[in-house]
Amino acid sequence: MIRIESVTKRYADGTVAVDDLTLDIPDGSITVLVGPSGCGKTTTLRMINRMIEPSGGRILLDGQDLAQQPVTALRRSMGYVIQNAGLFQHRTIVDNIATVPRMLGWDRGRARERARELMDRVGLDATLAKRYPYQLSGGQQQRVGVARALAADPPVLLMDEPFSAVDPIVRKGLQAELLRIQSELGKTIVFVTHDIDEAIKLGNMIAVMRTGGHLAQYAPPDELLSAPADAFVEDFLGTDRGIRRLSFFTSAGLDVTATPIVTADADAAQIAERTLPELPYLLVTDADGKPLGWAKAEDLAPRTDAGDGASTEDGASTADLLPHGRPFVLGQDSLRDALDCAVLSPTGWAVAVDGTGKVVGVTSQETIATAIRGAHAGRATKPAEPDADAPDAADTSAAGPAQAPATDGPAPDAPDGDADAPVKAAR
Amino acid sequence: MNQYFDMPSDLQHSYVGLIGLHLQEALLPVLFGLLIALPLALVCSRFSWFYAPVLWVTTVLYAIPSLAFFVVLLDYTGDSTTTVMIPLTVYSLVLLVPAIVEGTRAVSPDTVAAATAMGFGSLRRFVQVELPIAVPAIMAGLRLAAVSSISLVSVGAIIGNEGALGNLLHDGQIYHRDPLIITSVVTTAVLAIVVDGLLVLAQVLLTPWQPHGRRAARRAARAAAVDEPAAPRDAVTDAVPAALEDAVR
Repeated sequence: MIRIESVTKRYADGTVAVDDLTLDIPDGSITVLVGPSGCGKTTTLRMINRMIEPSGGRILLDGQDLAQQPVTALRRSMGYVIQNAGLFQHRTIVDNIATVPRMLGWDRGRARERARELMDRVGLDATLAKRYPYQLSGGQQQRVGVARALAADPPVLLMDEPFSAVDPIVRKGLQAELLRIQSELGKTIVFVTHDIDEAIKLGNMIAVMRTGGHLAQYAPPDELLSAPADAFVEDFLGTDRGIRRLSFFTSAGLDVTATPIVTADADAAQIAERTLPELPYLLVTDADGKPLGWAKAEDLAPRTDAGDGASTEDGASTADLLPHGRPFVLGQDSLRDALDCAVLSPTGWAVAVDGTGKVVGVTSQETIATAIRGAHAGRATKPAEPDADAPDAADTSAAGPAQAPATDGPAPDAPDGDADAPVKAAR
Repeated sequence: MNQYFDMPSDLQHSYVGLIGLHLQEALLPVLFGLLIALPLALVCSRFSWFYAPVLWVTTVLYAIPSLAFFVVLLDYTGDSTTTVMIPLTVYSLVLLVPAIVEGTRAVSPDTVAAATAMGFGSLRRFVQVELPIAVPAIMAGLRLAAVSSISLVSVGAIIGNEGALGNLLHDGQIYHRDPLIITSVVTTAVLAIVVDGLLVLAQVLLTPWQPHGRRAARRAARAAAVDEPAAPRDAVTDAVPAALEDAVR
């Protein structure tokens, strides 16, 4: 654990960058320092590896005062990732990654082998090993930066706005990748960002800092969204925190119905039988149970009767289907995803699928609203979970979606196994 | 042809011998200058206040005419190539020290911070990170120093036969052999061009990490265009709800 104890950083000109900050950073989880520019978040980060020395207070790593430890050894035991990757442009990718192992005295062969292993881990193609940084895109460079920080397998990873300089799509990929890597490695990560959405997406714990180096609130993201400590935090979080908090509620317990679902070749009797009184539409699936789109019951029925040739009839009906939109994965995605699907759906009903993309049911906005009320009630009776166990739970789930086996889909009523896994990682 | 390449006997060198001597007198000072400039630049990068006085001193030394240098040095080093090479070494400093200091200072702060954070001490960081990345800037200074040194060697003719190819200018005058003057000027110019070309070649070989020429630039552009495999996938999933929204309307 990293313990920041009443740390103050005051510069010679009187500027106070960090003011009496006390923070416990738990092991094996991602702690995000977030705040507007000038709030001292980067200063705090740099005091952890002593690139900046505190002018008051102390920082303990596993009970040891950092100030007592040799500075280069300390830094080599902490990975550091910086905004623009800060790669050594004169060294190949593999040698960039091998830097710290080489300094620790590994022989070249072993260090390079380790570097190639890490390239694979961060999702870099092996053919890039002999390239130079200028030959890589920004996103690829940032992956190299992460690999380089992980090279000597340090227990602590310090990340200073690592994804701020890449475009939003690449950033999203890198964030997902970081969560995946963290689920495999379980490092103690201190992550600095000015982007509250990034903080909520990545952090197990979030420290919101305000200008002048004060800590405004230190809480898990769910608690931050539900109970901001003051007007500053509330303002910083933005307007739609109620909606965003839904990201932390699993869709596992959500009621879905498989009734208004038919295959493309359904006959009139099936259509009549499966039409719900409150929903004049039916979801049409292909033979594998994958959703094709919505159709009005009366549009679907005559066409099925009229046509004999299966292919033409199929083509005709799918052409008239309303798009079903992006379905959500029941049990894996959050209530926010479910609500989003329902809001975007032309019928107002969201389509739930399993990990393989087969439809397990559909659900209405009203049903989702009931689930949201239920989730809120559940949280209210169980006050804020202790922070310590949040990280582990998030870790185990992160690998889930990526590795979901493509076996034959289960029956529609069997959602994914890890029903109560936190949904953060899946988003 | 002989009137161009028959060397007067008082030079005690063949044409090729003069070229060798000229290169030695011109390039050794640049080498010595580099060896002096590197530690100076290290100190300047460590203690930035030290750079201004160093720059001031080297600039003042550069302003001293070589003739004045020779007059002082003749008492110590006599009529020798050393007397020519010492001022040339001093002159090279005014080009090399700023080239190294500014070159290493121009290394991106992110790279420097990353190196520091990885546990590089300041000497190791200077030698292994800042200096290699500053090679293009240093080479620019080195090329200038080498070329100006090659042209300055000729001044050594003033203190006797120490100007190498420059001596031909003097001999051409006293023996009324104009072709020797042409030989001197053309050879000096060709030497400067060849040495400069060799230094450019050296730079290309020393910096495989830099895009050189159009082909390399194209390769870099292509590499950058092939982005994360995740990117297009995300783009597609992002596009779906947008398309749906349009469909709803």
